[in-house]
Amino acid sequence: MEHHSILRVVSKLLIPPIILYALYVQWHGDYGPGGGFQAGVVFAVAFILFALVYGVDEMMRILPPRLLHALAGIGVLIYAGTGVVTMLLGENFLGYNVLAHDPRHGQEWGIIVVEFGVGLTVASVMMSIFIAFACHNPPIKDEGW
Amino acid sequence: MSADLLGIATIDILLFTFLVVTAIAIMHLRNLFAVVMLAGVFSLLSASLFVTLDAVDVAFTEAAVGAGISTVLMLGTLALTVREEKKPAHSVFLPVLVCLVAGAALIYGTLDMPAFGSADAPIHLHVAPAYIERTPIDTGVPNIVTAVLASYRGYDTLGETAVIFTAAIAVLLLLGAGTRQSGKDGSKE
Repeated sequence: MEHHSILRVVSKLLIPPIILYALYVQWHGDYGPGGGFQAGVVFAVAFILFALVYGVDEMMRILPPRLLHALAGIGVLIYAGTGVVTMLLGENFLGYNVLAHDPRHGQEWGIIVVEFGVGLTVASVMMSIFIAFACHNPPIKDEGW
Repeated sequence: MSADLLGIATIDILLFTFLVVTAIAIMHLRNLFAVVMLAGVFSLLSASLFVTLDAVDVAFTEAAVGAGISTVLMLGTLALTVREEKKPAHSVFLPVLVCLVAGAALIYGTLDMPAFGSADAPIHLHVAPAYIERTPIDTGVPNIVTAVLASYRGYDTLGETAVIFTAAIAVLLLLGAGTRQSGKDGSKE
């Protein structure tokens, strides 16, 4: 898609705000709508847009599939690990009350950490699935559609 | 007040009309590229309906996942297969019958549910007030949806995250883990 200058310029303008918005949704989920799921998807969409315009090979140079697969697992481990940590601290599995000096702060910390795990898994999974599909076909020619 | 209600009713009727029209168009079209695009439209309309129900978190998810990423992934699937749906080889009588019976059963199931928006519905008498009352005390998180999702129902969300992870494993097992196997010249059948 080298000659699509409008697509390239527009996507260059769009990708940073999309990533910024994903981070906002991720870390502001306590206050506004959203959370790890939505943030992960929006974050993945920024990179998928990049791959659509600049080619999936360019995307794989930034985010190798092996890294994405590892991050997908790490996200689930962060979530489940939070539960194990609360168990070791003497609470129930995923009982966040013991994570800070008082229960309310513990809850906030627990929610932020598990949402981060969710976001990491969702973003990596979406990008890995997209790469798995995109790697199977040669880039579509403009007249292909 | 009644002008507000009239406005809400108009928006709901418009959205539902568009939803039905989109669904019928999806059924009739054989060009799968158009079907995928209309499925995205369908998701976006559903997201708008969730907004009118004040369920912004759900609407956000529907817009991002249903209208956004699903469309991209379905287009990726189309590129791997064909872009035209085959004519069904057998008669449509049996599928129509199954749909009608299942639809009738679902409608029958809604008959004894509380009326839409009823303030006396059980969920508004016990569950919702309890969460609204307890969330600020228990967690101090202003968005109750987030508190329910990540704290009160933390097990469910852990399960959902595991489901997403499992989906990735399944797709990667089926399609290969993102290495270019098919030749770049497109020689794959």
